[in-house]
Amino acid sequence: MPEQEKETKFLTHKELIWRRFKKNRLGMLGAFVVILLTLISLFAPFFSPYDHNATDNNKAYLSYQQIHFFDEEGNFHFRPFVYSLKQEFDEETWERVYVPDTSEKYFIKLFTRGWEYELFGLIESDLHLFGVDEGATLHLFGTDELGRDLLSRIIFGGRVSIAIGILGSMITAVIGSLVGGISGYFAGIVDSILQRVIEMIRMFPTLPLMMGLSAAIPVTWSPVIILIAVMFIMIMVRWTDMARQIRGKVLSYRKQEFVEAAKAAGGGDFYIITKHILTNCTSHIIVVTTLAIPQLILAESSLSFLGLGIQPPMVSWGVLLSKATNLQTIGQYPWIMTPGVVILITILAFNFLGDGLRDAADPYG
Amino acid sequence: MYIIPMLIVVSFVSFIVISLPPGDYMTTVQNRLTSQAGMSQDQARAMAERMRSQYGLDQPFMLQYLNWIKNIVLRGDFGFSFQYNRPVSDVIWGRLGYTFLIALSAHIISVLIGVVVGIYSATHQYSFGDNIATVFAFIGLSIPNFFFAIVIMYFLSFKLNMHVGGLFSSEYVFAPWNWAKIVDFLQHFWVPVFVVGIAGTAQNMRIMRGNLLDELQKQYVQTARAKGLTERVVIYKHAVRNAIQPLIMYLGMSLPFLIQGAIVSSIVLQLPTTGPAFYNALLSQDMYLAGSFLLMLAVTLVIGNLLGDILLAQIDPRVRYE
Repeated sequence: MPEQEKETKFLTHKELIWRRFKKNRLGMLGAFVVILLTLISLFAPFFSPYDHNATDNNKAYLSYQQIHFFDEEGNFHFRPFVYSLKQEFDEETWERVYVPDTSEKYFIKLFTRGWEYELFGLIESDLHLFGVDEGATLHLFGTDELGRDLLSRIIFGGRVSIAIGILGSMITAVIGSLVGGISGYFAGIVDSILQRVIEMIRMFPTLPLMMGLSAAIPVTWSPVIILIAVMFIMIMVRWTDMARQIRGKVLSYRKQEFVEAAKAAGGGDFYIITKHILTNCTSHIIVVTTLAIPQLILAESSLSFLGLGIQPPMVSWGVLLSKATNLQTIGQYPWIMTPGVVILITILAFNFLGDGLRDAADPYG
Repeated sequence: MYIIPMLIVVSFVSFIVISLPPGDYMTTVQNRLTSQAGMSQDQARAMAERMRSQYGLDQPFMLQYLNWIKNIVLRGDFGFSFQYNRPVSDVIWGRLGYTFLIALSAHIISVLIGVVVGIYSATHQYSFGDNIATVFAFIGLSIPNFFFAIVIMYFLSFKLNMHVGGLFSSEYVFAPWNWAKIVDFLQHFWVPVFVVGIAGTAQNMRIMRGNLLDELQKQYVQTARAKGLTERVVIYKHAVRNAIQPLIMYLGMSLPFLIQGAIVSSIVLQLPTTGPAFYNALLSQDMYLAGSFLLMLAVTLVIGNLLGDILLAQIDPRVRYE
């Protein structure tokens, strides 16, 4: 008997979507990068070679630190190494320069012990993915004006930026699909009222509206509360997109047999909306949510870039980039633009993933 | 024709948003008086109070709003900008002009390039050129506007030694319009147009490519080919005509989108447009100025949508009778 069952096995909806998604190379690449970024954000302290708030006066505005494979005599080393750097002043221009001390090689070590941290407030550890021994430093992306390691700051900033993107779009999805579901299901007067509210919010250009609302957040609030407030503002402005899309879908479902059947069987309105109608929109909701994440990351970084979003000492990618407004600063220290490249890669990855999902979401098409 | 009630709601919400921050511009003035003019706390507070009553900032919220709206509707007076010490309308019209100029130029260029490259991509699907265009489109859609502005600024000023930022070199800012000034203007002008237009170009390209690919699958294209029409006629007279429709629908709607995109990047590029002025007005709580900008941007969006609808009805008669 079990063998026969195997023969008649058919692919479920999910399997069909997965099968189709796998064929999309860009989508798979996007998914891979997104998972990687999420993992790095979750285990940020493990991946950061330095404490992102630790300052180092002797290493201010250090450029991308060079990793060497060949030593001074031209011998090849399989393990990459760095030299310790000494800060000196250029006699002519009085600029800071960092001179490598080639007498001693510091090999880059994997799974080394470094600064101590608490993961999720539970696990205490000092284990890091990579680092170098005391005496030398390893600033792959350089340092900022206080000598803080830029790579670690980008990793910790990503934690905030990606969390805002994912959490924000999830809450947006819940609110949007509920409102859209109610609006489409009841139609008539309820629909009219909800649609007018949505149209009113959509009448404002999103970014200026967010800027106006964020300007109202008192700077005296603690960074965490500000973070929540910024996210709340973005959700408030953005949920309408989702609501409109879901409403359109629900309108087409509301007179279909399965809804009539559920009604005849005595299902309550809320039950029918959440259990029957919205579950039919799941793939649509997932696609819209995925595509909303990069939008939220972009909005957050724009706001923080302008100083209207996340406030230091909390870091996000926008906060990091806000240092790069001054032409003179970026001219002298171009590596402080690196967070922008990271934002670009992240948004690109989420867009690839979202596009791939959209193409795969309709496996019968 | 429910646009008018909508506008009333929009103006009201704009006013609420800009009144939200605690304190007002006079708080800023008061701080400045104590820190810079060396007044005592009490003197500064008295002065701020006096100015508050002079500008009606001590009145109840609804009264302030009604006054503001009354003056806009009756006299085209948007209130007074404390920061510029001039009427708001003096400040915003010129800036809106430049904003529209940048947004419109970016819009036109992005549509032209987008459509042309989109047609090329669709007719040469998966060719080397198509792949390049696709990669470019994805990057164009994903790069944050303001970051792109920073990168461009960096390359132009440090790699090519050009003057960037603003719309004029410093010696031309107050000069009367002449040939040299126009040349100088164009040298600065293309930068924001490029920055603002890149996302739109990418988007138009993707839409055009997708639509044209869909259309080329359809049977009327096959029929046209079977009739013996040249490929050129099949594509440009038949398929492109149908594929371009959604783009036209979206023409009106994307203008406010572009104006929005210009806001952050023009802060980076220090342009005399709405973006930086709106931002500074928000920071210093110059409420009438900020409110008027927000209102004008919303009005643009409403008008843009309306134009989009009208344009579509002109082109596609089916829409008119629905």
